[in-house]
Amino acid sequence: MTDRTYRAAPSGALRIEPLGELTAIFDRRSMQTHLVVSPMPEILEAVGAAPCSAALLVSRLAATFDLAAADDVQPVLAERLGELTAMGLVERA
Amino acid sequence: MRHRIRIAVGPVQFRIGSDWAEPIAALERLYARYPQDDARPADATVRLFAARPWRRWLRPSVHIGGDFIVPDALPLPLSMGLLAAEMGMNLQVALGWRRHMLLHASAVAKDGRAMIMSGESGSGKSTLAALLGEGDWRLMGDEFTLIDPEGGDAFAFPRAVSLKNEAIAEVAARVDPSRLGPLLAGTPKGDIRHLIPRPEAVAAMHEPARPALLLFPRFGGETAIEPMGEGEAFVRLTEASTNYVALGEAGFAALTRLVREVPAFGISYPDSAAGIALVEQLWAETAR
Repeated sequence: MTDRTYRAAPSGALRIEPLGELTAIFDRRSMQTHLVVSPMPEILEAVGAAPCSAALLVSRLAATFDLAAADDVQPVLAERLGELTAMGLVERA
Repeated sequence: MRHRIRIAVGPVQFRIGSDWAEPIAALERLYARYPQDDARPADATVRLFAARPWRRWLRPSVHIGGDFIVPDALPLPLSMGLLAAEMGMNLQVALGWRRHMLLHASAVAKDGRAMIMSGESGSGKSTLAALLGEGDWRLMGDEFTLIDPEGGDAFAFPRAVSLKNEAIAEVAARVDPSRLGPLLAGTPKGDIRHLIPRPEAVAAMHEPARPALLLFPRFGGETAIEPMGEGEAFVRLTEASTNYVALGEAGFAALTRLVREVPAFGISYPDSAAGIALVEQLWAETAR
């Protein structure tokens, strides 16, 4: 499977408010509220404006999470990126 | 319409029209001591009407209309005209109000600070608020609490309290009978009797109060207190708000601030006395 690339929503499109165990995200474009849990907020932050693949995301998130112990991180992150795309919070690059 | 009344409940000025005199007369009695300002433009219109002219007299059947209507809503018999008026008032506010974030919650206040209780029908939020309102609390409302999206203050909506089933006897034992409306027996919501809030609560209905405690009561079961995280309180309040989506980012901002600034708890209680004790305890220990 090709490693698809994604980019973050345009600057200012999302209002992200951590609320304890949940993070509430207001999308100013769709006026929708999304509720997510970790690692979704961390992924959103790590994707960035430039095209980012799941492989690149693994290396970025390695700074925050202990990913060395997990073997199959990349497909899991690819799946999460697909979910964030479906929610409209990241875009295919 | 033939029969009309204007009623101001908190910031909402209602214009209510009816094909029959009885519901208006009942409202006149319940709201006799509310401030009157007939020159003010109406914010919400409620119409109680007969579907066909002859149904004003022949098996009179009250349809509820106004600025907003619920398709397929069933009409009520004229003996429940007061309930129809109340349902119409609730409906217009729930669907039309945009100036505040509307929470389906009761509220009471003390020293300028508010305790907001949100829960489903049957949670006891209305009864708790009514009983607290007979003590040293100001009743802000038994059904809706309004949150100012700008400053975060809570505003009262102290319509006549809708007492249901067992709550009727419980409250009736403590108040002067002149403060109770007629018994509406066997309505779709069970037995209903309205309680006129104390004059102090009506006189103070425009005074804001700072939210200080959020409770999610559940009637029945052992006494229990469960601290609630910001995320869960946020989710529950989005569900309890009738206009959260319509308010857009202003609603999002108001709700995130509310759950961050105000401690929240789920409470269970077996009876009203235990519920009141629990609420007073939490207020003393945790209200900000």
